[in-house]
Amino acid sequence: MAGKDSDQVRTMRSPLGRVRGLGAARSGVAHWWAQRLTALALVPLSLWFIGSIIALAGADQAAAAHWAGHTVNAVLLLCLVLATFYHMQLGLQVVIEDYIHTEPSRLAALLATKSVVMLLALAALISVLRLAL
Amino acid sequence: MQDAREALMVQRRSDGTVTRRPLSPHLQVYRPQITSVLSVLHRGTGIALAAGTLLLVAWLVAAASSPAAYRGVAGFVGSPFGLLLLFGWSVALIYHLLNGIRHLVWDAGLGFEKGEYHRSGWAVVIATGALTVVVWLVGLIAW
Repeated sequence: MAGKDSDQVRTMRSPLGRVRGLGAARSGVAHWWAQRLTALALVPLSLWFIGSIIALAGADQAAAAHWAGHTVNAVLLLCLVLATFYHMQLGLQVVIEDYIHTEPSRLAALLATKSVVMLLALAALISVLRLAL
Repeated sequence: MQDAREALMVQRRSDGTVTRRPLSPHLQVYRPQITSVLSVLHRGTGIALAAGTLLLVAWLVAAASSPAAYRGVAGFVGSPFGLLLLFGWSVALIYHLLNGIRHLVWDAGLGFEKGEYHRSGWAVVIATGALTVVVWLVGLIAW
């Protein structure tokens, strides 16, 4: 007996046939790993950064620029910026993929996020390089 | 069928007729638990921190630009609204950092017993509060 529900399926393909090829298709593990590795890197980097901005509280531009211009600080700042924005892009991507289900809006949101993240990351990187070089 | 993922919602009864699988109850049905609340907070603080990177970028760009630009950013951060943002940013960062370590421990396959993830959850909450207080005490003394 075909019930009312069967009207919703208008294809002869099996459910397995339809979902095959969708999903991570073995590339998802790279995303997963990158998120964990950047997270691991961000543990010491964030703690160092919190300590640094406490030390710089109330400092003027000259003092901040002098601090950021020090090679060790500049290298760590570059690491912090790269790991932060990479980790942030990976995280926002998951949030968007979880909540936006229609393909055009999802693609638009993903591209917009990546563009903004790229612009912010480059602005931060260039600034650190200007201070360091 | 609009969305291919709908395929996962469809099953066949033993007589071959097609039916939809039941949906699991939605979020508001459940009593909040330490596990679920912290999970939602992890995502929430992650999104908030993404917005907070604007502050990081503004600070770095200003430091690389001019004393006047730096005074502008420092003045904003030092204003009541700026301090409120900075406080929210610090709580979000410390929480996301500590709960992130909890996640990394889970990824290593540890801490999945019921007592363990309840304890680690409350430990994160308490440590977030304690570390935030310490950071702001030290920060305000240094300032």
